[in-house]
Amino acid sequence: MAVNFKEQEGIVEDIISVYSERAKKNRKEHIGINDKETCGTCVAKSNVKSLPGVMTPRGCAYAGSKGVVWGPVKDVINISHGPIGCGMYSWGTRRNLANGEPGVENFMPFQFTTDFKERDIVFGGDKKLEQAIKELHELFPTAKGIIIDSECPIGLIGDDIEAVAKKMTDEIKIPVIPVRCEGFRGVSQSLGHHIANDTIRDFVVGTGEIDESKKTPYDVAILGDYNIGGDVWSSMKIFKEMGLNVVAHWSGDGSIGEMKITHGVNYNLLHCYRSMNYIARHFEEKFGIPWIEYNFFGPTKIKESIRSIAKLFDENIQEKSEEVIKAYEPKMQEVIDKYRPRLEGKKVMILVGGLRPRHIVGAYEDLGMKVVSAAYEFAHTDDYERTTKELENGTIIADDMNEYEFVELANRLKPDLVASGIKEKYVFQKMGIPFRQMHSWDYSGPYHGYDGFEIFARDMDLAINSPSWKLVKPLWKK
Amino acid sequence: MEKAEVKKIKDWMNTEEYKEKNFNRKAIVINPERACQPLGAVLCAAGFEDTMPFVHGSHGCVAYYRNSLSRHFREPFAAVCTSLTEDGAVFGGQANGLEGFKNATALYKPKMFAISTTCMSEIIGDDLGSIVGNAREKGYLSEDISAPYANTPSFAGSHLEGYDSMLNAIIETLGKKSDAGKTDIINIIPGFDAAIGNINEVKRILKIFGINYLVLADYSNTLDSPLNGEYKMYPDGATKLEDVKNCVNNKATIALQKYSTKKTAAMLSEKFGQDVRVVKSPVGINYTDEFLMALSELSGKEIPKELEDERGKAIDSMTDAQQYIHGKKFAIFGDPDMLVGLTSYLLEMGGIPKYVLCSNGTEDFKKEIEDLFSAYSENEGEVYIDKDLWHLRSLVMTSPVDMFIGPSHGKFAAREAKVPHIRIGYPIFDRVNIHRYPIYGYSGVINLTTWIVNKFIDILDDTCDDAHFELLR
Repeated sequence: MAVNFKEQEGIVEDIISVYSERAKKNRKEHIGINDKETCGTCVAKSNVKSLPGVMTPRGCAYAGSKGVVWGPVKDVINISHGPIGCGMYSWGTRRNLANGEPGVENFMPFQFTTDFKERDIVFGGDKKLEQAIKELHELFPTAKGIIIDSECPIGLIGDDIEAVAKKMTDEIKIPVIPVRCEGFRGVSQSLGHHIANDTIRDFVVGTGEIDESKKTPYDVAILGDYNIGGDVWSSMKIFKEMGLNVVAHWSGDGSIGEMKITHGVNYNLLHCYRSMNYIARHFEEKFGIPWIEYNFFGPTKIKESIRSIAKLFDENIQEKSEEVIKAYEPKMQEVIDKYRPRLEGKKVMILVGGLRPRHIVGAYEDLGMKVVSAAYEFAHTDDYERTTKELENGTIIADDMNEYEFVELANRLKPDLVASGIKEKYVFQKMGIPFRQMHSWDYSGPYHGYDGFEIFARDMDLAINSPSWKLVKPLWKK
Repeated sequence: MEKAEVKKIKDWMNTEEYKEKNFNRKAIVINPERACQPLGAVLCAAGFEDTMPFVHGSHGCVAYYRNSLSRHFREPFAAVCTSLTEDGAVFGGQANGLEGFKNATALYKPKMFAISTTCMSEIIGDDLGSIVGNAREKGYLSEDISAPYANTPSFAGSHLEGYDSMLNAIIETLGKKSDAGKTDIINIIPGFDAAIGNINEVKRILKIFGINYLVLADYSNTLDSPLNGEYKMYPDGATKLEDVKNCVNNKATIALQKYSTKKTAAMLSEKFGQDVRVVKSPVGINYTDEFLMALSELSGKEIPKELEDERGKAIDSMTDAQQYIHGKKFAIFGDPDMLVGLTSYLLEMGGIPKYVLCSNGTEDFKKEIEDLFSAYSENEGEVYIDKDLWHLRSLVMTSPVDMFIGPSHGKFAAREAKVPHIRIGYPIFDRVNIHRYPIYGYSGVINLTTWIVNKFIDILDDTCDDAHFELLR
């Protein structure tokens, strides 16, 4: 089908026409029309400040550190250091599943905060932090580390959390790690990922003893899988069947102990590039551990990923990997046969974080669906480079797309499904457009791996083909 | 870890010794049931016509409020912010404020910006008054758009004070005293109430009474808008700005919560000389009676027979079911006004509010609960302020209860205590539609009784042996 670039450009021009000249110029640079041949890396400007007042979907550095990278490490305590709100809103809301006894081996179902009051702002919170850490160590003696996730005030009032962390590490003999992820730093969650990666690099990586007797040529670590709805578990199943030995999974259902010995692996397998490429690069530079990106959404991408990972290993792994692909093929065909006829040709609009707008495209295509626009909250240039080849020419690609643009684009593209987050969900449902939350898997999942695809397909079908959508218009208005 | 070792530690966590340690902590807060001021401010703003909550701060904060409110109400929740970054910390946030007004006006065309702050804008010391003034002067903010503003630092109070400060600012900014004298309208201030069912119930009662009323911060429609194929950023049914302007000339104001309306109640009374009544949240029979009597007194109207009949039906539902609640022990937690109401209701039913725990409670609140205990000669009840759900866990693991009542976060402790948990309050993230049902009024009594009693009966049916699996309950 020939792509009418002019028409797509017209849509974009029309949408941004309401902005002031200054804002229009800004937003124009963030929205592009995909053209694999000529566009290359320039499709959208990214990782710069959001315009004030536009209702950006973005979060903050704290959300990137506590909410994404450090939060899912189950055997450490994350202190939301500062006032009450941030820890409250990020308590249990990312669905990072974890095994283990709560309060002993697993601190996921908790919100720990130093609950800053006016006096802490005025006099500083370092003493309170120190006291808080002592109390935590007494109440939770099995915690394997304490992470200080800074909220906005910490950096503004000039607290020295690094000194407190150092003193407490010496005193309680577990890592106490200061993270400068104050929400005003950077332009989105993304800097929080980077800052959290850097603290893992500085305080955790390489600090564990590698048991040489247990090492195998097949030791790998998964990076950038947060076990949302059980994603890590469905991915691990495949790696195990391929014959690989997953030593660590960062950071969903993960532990700081695994992180400490990750420098002993042969390869790092990176799922969420945006949030963990930093640590992957560090392992490569410092320990010579190569890393490879993979995509476990949908059978086509899973198959490609299994093969490219298998190539890193010997024939034994390659054979097993082909067996894995073969073993799942009938099941996957069954899923596709069941759902594709119900989903063929359906149009999807995506707005998610820094990975999924490109990573989930293949899974939709496996079901015969078509991605008509893909937008990121906090991607960088390297994400857009990776995106343009995943999408068809003419697809609208947008960076930091705000609510106005998203709604207006939907009015024009008329999608059958919108895939985005909780802030967007009910907006589109009011419009009568089926929706799936693609940060949290809408309280379902896993979506990764072969097992995940079956659930993904079912969920997209139940969203789009729910009979309830047919009731939106009353009989007397039909 | 070894299973035996895990069990050993877990067992220790259930002891009196651990409880003592837990209650001795001074610095760390673990699983509090309390949000921050700006969340209350943006919720309040959602109750006004064509109003855009405008938060002066980083966008992470606003993303969190929107997430939280959307999860609870399962509704869209619009709010913008000034997207402050490091530059703001150095140079102040005025430039972002001005641009924010301009962009939000172009895209979202509000009649009012309800402006609140965050930790950051409070600490860097931005002056909202001068930002609004400069924005108007320089043409970033049209004179046609109202722009009340409130300071809502997250490091003081909770969502309750944020709600109060925003409402206070909106009424104080828009309110215009008229020479025409008082109207016959009664203002109703629900307070921070995340159950739209309560607001609807109060409106129903007022309609039965035949009283002209105005709900101030009425989000019962904006956060419960029809799904009809059209998205309205500002759904119909919010409090009209014209009505807010006149509300200070209305006959009287009734506040249905005490702890989220203090500033507003004082302002209406002191600045506008209004007759302001702060009633107990009308949960249970007694407090609903008191509410109706206040309405009757202020309006000069008799309590309608229809409501008296409703009362009788509610009493009927209670006496039919009271045997399942009598003597049962409850752990209840959440916001203070709701807890006062729930305590009263449980005592009316012969239940024992064993633990009443309020993360944002005051001494004043504590006394209210203690007075209720005394009135019913309830010796087993205990009330805790400034405590969290990890304290509650220690309490219920050392001296158990039969049921939890409170927001969703209580589910973790309820699971460990192996008791059922009825969701009431804010937030409710893990049950659907609960917030649509009132716990206020006589209808609320029937709802509470239904949920609590049937839950006990379900458990009985789920756990009894075959011999005791009876048809009659």
